[in-house]
Amino acid sequence: MAEITLAVKSVLPTVREAAFSRRHGWALPMLLSVGVLLAMLASLCIGSYPMPFLQAARIVAHLAWPFPLPANPPWSVKEQTVVQVVRLPRVLLATIAGLGLGVSGTALQGLLRNPLVDPNIVGVSSGAAFGGIMAMLWDFSPVGIIGAAFCGGMLAMMLTFGLAKLSHAGSDSMILILSGVFVGAFFLSLIEFVKFVSPDSKLPTMIYWLLGTFVGADAKKIAMIAIPTLIATSILMCLRWRINLLSLGDLDAKTLGVNVRGLRWLVIALVSLIVASQVAVSGVVAWVGLVVPHIARMFVGPDHRRLLPTGALLGALFVLILDDIARALVHAEVPVGVFTALVGTPVVCFLLWKSQGKGWGRE
Amino acid sequence: MNNIALQISNLGHAYKSDRWLFRDYNTQVKRGEVFALLGPNGCGKTTLLKILLGALKPAAGTVAIDGRMAFVPQLFQVTFDYSVMDMVLMGRARQVGLFSQPSAEDEEAAMAALERFGIAHFAGHPFHELSGGERQLVIFARALVSEADILILDEPTSALDLKNQIVVLDWITRLSHQDGLTVLFTTHHPHHALAVADDALLMLGGTKYAAGAASEVLSEDNLHALYGVDIKLLSFEHSGHSHETLVPVLPYASRARNGSTARESR
Repeated sequence: MAEITLAVKSVLPTVREAAFSRRHGWALPMLLSVGVLLAMLASLCIGSYPMPFLQAARIVAHLAWPFPLPANPPWSVKEQTVVQVVRLPRVLLATIAGLGLGVSGTALQGLLRNPLVDPNIVGVSSGAAFGGIMAMLWDFSPVGIIGAAFCGGMLAMMLTFGLAKLSHAGSDSMILILSGVFVGAFFLSLIEFVKFVSPDSKLPTMIYWLLGTFVGADAKKIAMIAIPTLIATSILMCLRWRINLLSLGDLDAKTLGVNVRGLRWLVIALVSLIVASQVAVSGVVAWVGLVVPHIARMFVGPDHRRLLPTGALLGALFVLILDDIARALVHAEVPVGVFTALVGTPVVCFLLWKSQGKGWGRE
Repeated sequence: MNNIALQISNLGHAYKSDRWLFRDYNTQVKRGEVFALLGPNGCGKTTLLKILLGALKPAAGTVAIDGRMAFVPQLFQVTFDYSVMDMVLMGRARQVGLFSQPSAEDEEAAMAALERFGIAHFAGHPFHELSGGERQLVIFARALVSEADILILDEPTSALDLKNQIVVLDWITRLSHQDGLTVLFTTHHPHHALAVADDALLMLGGTKYAAGAASEVLSEDNLHALYGVDIKLLSFEHSGHSHETLVPVLPYASRARNGSTARESR
């Protein structure tokens, strides 16, 4: 164990050096992009039906190929169905959800100047879940579910900031987090109430959805999550240096010429959109937005210019791997939200213990 | 641009309607000068700074500012451990577009500012690991790179050792003389104000204040009225130049030193 710790300690500065330097600054994100693609292909091979890696890669390559498939492809119809209909939508859904959660957690931690924040803690996930569950109760269309989840997430965020303002603390991050905990608890109790009054026919679907799962992924769900997530992520990527400025605090950012109020609400709206679309299609997948930014910061440091892309890619990798475990570990599938919480809690506890007496940027 | 960087007219503020921290303040800060703001704890120095920075709306009066401002807070703490280069680069916020990232030119400007303060070798170092004096210089470099006209400092020497206090005070003078920056700073050290400030404002409470040339305002009488202790103005020669400084008189300790008090034995 001591040898492993020593080896990790000796490798980390080299990786960080390579990631920080102007010339090699993008080496790690590029490497992670390749890692995510390989993990997606590997995920296609996991499940009760065996699938060799190369065969999965060949089927995906032909699916992505814009020309007609060959008359006698070197794979069976069953293999193609397993990849195309069953596994690929789920893998894409998990990847996009993880990417969005990684980005939103990283952006929120920077915005609120607190590394113990994630969309779940500040109440956005609970608000979005409440919106989503209400939409399910009233049989809304898939787009309606996203809209309701987005409104719920935004409402929760506004209540969190409003509550903090009532205490005259403004954007004091600890008060904001406490307000988020209260707002989150309020929406959780509303969810419980909705579950209580829901008809028995809808209750099992609601409960399974709330636990966080990628079961039942299809093209419609992928479009529902991909469009808002990719748009919001692209805008956040453009704003990533501005998140550095927001992380200095309101007064300092303001005197540097930043429109703090406008920028903060823009970031909050984008994060809420990402979280709402993720919650709408796959329920509450907790802890990803909290754990991933810490791991990313270990490798590339706190500068959001590199942290945000790294957080996005690590988020995708993290959720993809945990979804694979959720699918493969036991015969009856465990919701991935259960796994992210099971893995996330000890990881954050470890990071908290490790950062004692140090700044969070120096894990 | 006119010759006045900052004009305060009939300014007043009260957190509770009947308790004015200060009221009817009128003064001006000339372009390119060093201006000191003095007052005891709780007199409203930080409140006045927040009003100047636009973070607080005054209860009465107006503030007219001509130029861009940069602020150096008393305790500069960042949650995330940015590098010194990252910190200085943030000074370019006004020059970098909303959806853009800093360019190579911005990085060159940041490096030039670091070189100006002789701390370019810290560029890749984590900001957290610097001493208080070095951090202060990094924030000065950030102000310089932001192309600000007015630099506002909240007790810039409060947490520094003697050497770094001198370094910071020297840089305040240089930024004013060499770069034409208007520097406004708060301090609890009247001798610092006397050493570097052209003008000063003494916040005596309520509607009372003294404003004007530092050498006139920082008189023994005014300082006694401000702090309620005796402060003596001393003149001396050094390297062919005449200097003045202010020294507080410690009521008991000075008598004890001169043997006019007897140490009691238990």
